[in-house]
Amino acid sequence: MSDLSSRKLSRRKLIVRGLAATAGVAGLGVAARIAQKYGLVPPDHGGIYGLGETLTYASQRLLTRHSLAREFSKSQISKRPLANEIEPPSDEFKRLQAGRFADWRLSVDGMVARPASFSLDQLKSYPSHSQITMLQCEEGWSYIAEWNGVPLSHILDVVGVLSQARYVFYFSIEPDTWETIDMADALHPQTLLTYGMNGDELPVGHGGPLRLRIPRQLGYKNVKFINHLTITDNLKGVGKGLGSASADAGYAWYAGI
Amino acid sequence: MARMESARVPLPACVASSASSVPDTTAPPRHSAVVRVTHWITTLCFFALLVTGAEIVISHPRFYWGETGNVLTKPLFQLPIPASRHLVQTGYGYVLPDQNGWSRYLHFQAAWIAVLTGLLYVISMLFTGHLRRDLLPDKSDLSWRSFSTTIASHLRFAKASEEEAWSYNLLQRVSYLSVIFVLFPLVIWTGLAMSPAFVSAFPATVNVLGGQQSARTLHFIVSLALLLFLLVHVVMICVAGFKSRMRAMITGQPTAHKERT
Repeated sequence: MSDLSSRKLSRRKLIVRGLAATAGVAGLGVAARIAQKYGLVPPDHGGIYGLGETLTYASQRLLTRHSLAREFSKSQISKRPLANEIEPPSDEFKRLQAGRFADWRLSVDGMVARPASFSLDQLKSYPSHSQITMLQCEEGWSYIAEWNGVPLSHILDVVGVLSQARYVFYFSIEPDTWETIDMADALHPQTLLTYGMNGDELPVGHGGPLRLRIPRQLGYKNVKFINHLTITDNLKGVGKGLGSASADAGYAWYAGI
Repeated sequence: MARMESARVPLPACVASSASSVPDTTAPPRHSAVVRVTHWITTLCFFALLVTGAEIVISHPRFYWGETGNVLTKPLFQLPIPASRHLVQTGYGYVLPDQNGWSRYLHFQAAWIAVLTGLLYVISMLFTGHLRRDLLPDKSDLSWRSFSTTIASHLRFAKASEEEAWSYNLLQRVSYLSVIFVLFPLVIWTGLAMSPAFVSAFPATVNVLGGQQSARTLHFIVSLALLLFLLVHVVMICVAGFKSRMRAMITGQPTAHKERT
């Protein structure tokens, strides 16, 4: 008798557990769909490190979507901002540099109403924004500088971004150097197409004539020598489709940490 | 110490009464299932964080104080080790391979799992009495005399008494409490204070530490303290009896049932 009742109990337990497991899996499925809908899933959510990346990205999108990177006082500007070593410039870059970048163009295409191409003078004619923020390298070093440029959101307004856009590709004139950011970061007021630094032109060593500054992410997302933007709803077709040359090299796509 | 006796008594009793191989479930385990599972998950995460943390440090083995620091500024100290990047002058004639990609991925993934596991552990200890029963020292033990007695017996590497297989001694309690409620929170805090996106939402977390580079330096120092704890912890387990302590943390029982049949 006791055997029978215990077996019954275990069957009941089994059913309850089965239902709980099913509910759990279904719950996870619903959670995944909601997360996808609200843009909480990073492109590198698959693979063995996907769990950590997704938790980081999702929690930061929930907590920091509109928060501003810390800004500093003039007295905190680093006296000797370190310019990371760069690859020897291409012939194309040297030609543009010889012409004092008068022929430098930033072309914008993809999911936009009015694809366009901007000269540096055109970019400088738009309302400029200046910020004293920190640049942090994933290696561990950092410096503070004053950056001057036009908010990326302004350029996106000018070209008329379509509502289904989800990412902005930004390409360097140097080969194999490109990144993407989501629209939350693209529209963030501190995301600047930077042409000035510490009251001067942006030096070539720091990415001049045009660098994307995104102070809430690490240095490697702050790509130098920007000449092309593509607005898109997916990351396929460029590199390994991970949305980042750094991600292709094994680094996280999202570098807000 | 009635608690220990009651824990030890049921063992022979269970062997005598049951002929089957069903393990006795009336004897309370030395470590509860939650403690054992969270212990080993934390162990795995800790090793992952340690290895990847070292890997990340060697890309820039210099430490600074304040907001900023780089090779053009004076360091607080530099580790006398080779680096994995060309930027840092180390005095070694070679540069180690760069492993930061997967190291960073694994570091943050292990941190997440460790934090969630830690939360589970801390929440469960409030309900199970683990904190009060096993970790908080008895009021009567909070005297210099008890401390000096325990420290002296440790310094002599005296063999752990039988009852210590069933209960933490004073020094264990104090060091476990420090790790759980001081070092782990500090290492999580200083880690988050390095994140540019996190501090954009919570700037005070880095400002009170004196800056982002200070947070990085403190993160390194707290990690060293945790490493020191790990080394002492492992040495003490070997001194107290590696087999029985490992068995207790894996199966819950310090002694094997089979030996008693």
